[in-house]
Amino acid sequence: MAERVHLRRLAGTSWFPVAVGIATLVAVGALVEVLLLAGVMNRYMLPLPSDVLGAFRRVIMEENILSRTGDTAFEVLTAGFLVIVFGVPLGVLFHRFRILRMALEDWVAALAAAPIVLAFPLFLVLFGRGPKTVIIIAFVYGIPPILLKTLEGLSSTRGVLINVGRSLNMTPTQMFWKIMFPSAIPSIFTGIRLSWTFCLVTVVGVEFLVNLGGLGQLINDLAERYDLPGTYAGIAFVILLSVAFFIVLERIETWLQPER
Amino acid sequence: MAATGAIAARPRKRTWLDLESGPAPSRSAVLGVRIVFAIVVIAIWEAISASGLFFGDVVPSLVKILASMWRLLIQDAFWTNLQVTALEILVALGIGAAAGIACGIILGANGFLRKAYEPFMYYFSPTPRIILFPIMIMWFGIGVESKVALGALSSFFPIALSTSAGMALIDKVLIRVGRSFRASAWQMATKIYLPAMRVPVLTGIRLGFGLAMITVLLAETKLSNKGLGYLVMQFYQRFDMPTLYALLIVLFLIAGAGNALIGRFERASR
Repeated sequence: MAERVHLRRLAGTSWFPVAVGIATLVAVGALVEVLLLAGVMNRYMLPLPSDVLGAFRRVIMEENILSRTGDTAFEVLTAGFLVIVFGVPLGVLFHRFRILRMALEDWVAALAAAPIVLAFPLFLVLFGRGPKTVIIIAFVYGIPPILLKTLEGLSSTRGVLINVGRSLNMTPTQMFWKIMFPSAIPSIFTGIRLSWTFCLVTVVGVEFLVNLGGLGQLINDLAERYDLPGTYAGIAFVILLSVAFFIVLERIETWLQPER
Repeated sequence: MAATGAIAARPRKRTWLDLESGPAPSRSAVLGVRIVFAIVVIAIWEAISASGLFFGDVVPSLVKILASMWRLLIQDAFWTNLQVTALEILVALGIGAAAGIACGIILGANGFLRKAYEPFMYYFSPTPRIILFPIMIMWFGIGVESKVALGALSSFFPIALSTSAGMALIDKVLIRVGRSFRASAWQMATKIYLPAMRVPVLTGIRLGFGLAMITVLLAETKLSNKGLGYLVMQFYQRFDMPTLYALLIVLFLIAGAGNALIGRFERASR
């Protein structure tokens, strides 16, 4: 009885479920290792998890990973900042001119759902085979979320705040910069998070598909060499890096949310 | 009244940032803006096409693209490859949805399991899944199986996360009713959970469909000998740009139609 109460108390803590999740991951890795060593699973399909861990060091030391990460980061950040520079003003424009919003908002939403990245061969022909093309594809993919979220943020400014501004006889410019824009910042940042996530996924994806540039190309190279532990380690590295990127963006977003 | 008049705001010069944008525009005005926008885009496109700024057919005239679209649509090759891709996407979505719903119900029904495993799914979900394609090739070969596997994996995460979140929205009374009738786990899933959370499940399936489609098509562009993604690369390698544009437009339309169809189901189930 006491054990059950203790377990229930543990389950209620924030760290215990996380520890169980990580322990499960380690246990699955250990089980796969045993099954591979016992010959139950095929080592030509799945390398030993211990080999994959060992390959991390090799991939980091020998595959120029710092410079590759730099290439990918440059492309993601360039596309990301371009998306902010163009997406936020476009959102403001859509908010200001209601007719523009009514006429084109659905089209922008359709653009967000369209598989634009599939047009990468077109972009290659139009802009050449280089980082510029990767940045342009990521930019096109990243624009809709930030535009729509800016629009949403400005449209959902609380009426009471607008009334306060009016009662203070603010000019429209003051109203925008002192009331509407600050109130829309959390929503705009949600748009930035979504757009930057799209940018990262697109940049790594296109690099992989056309064998160009940073981390995506690394995975392609390793896979083509049939370096099994290296491929798994490379993929794990990119996934861990992406997760770290999402966590940072999410933290900033939470920090910007108004306290309720 | 007089006091109100006294404190009324002074009339001021309107700027483009002004809040009041007048009465809601009429439908015909909205349609007009759409038509003007479309005409401007087409005019810019045709001007670039005629300007010779780009080499050869890189930016072909829209007439040429439409003619290519017609030729593409009457080709057997298009329909055969469409069948392959459609089959891959549907099987991938079927597997992803079945696994995602099952996993979502298990996680959603147990708060501890949800806290332990959902963060992994949540953070893994938006990572670039196409990079897992080499692993899928190692496991399932270069045929349709590896594309199906990658599509299933991509659609699994949004469906599982959406189902799990949907479980939290189920009215507790419904769950208690099921338990008081001593419903089995299967009966609870099919008679209580799934009907009560059809909307989030359908939302997950809509997101999963988009991801399954894009990953299957991208995987086909990377390594395959059939499917619409393969056809995209064929036109690219032959430098048949008008047909490449035509095929991409058709693909965007198919994607939009698929999304709209699932969206309609989603709305109808509300």
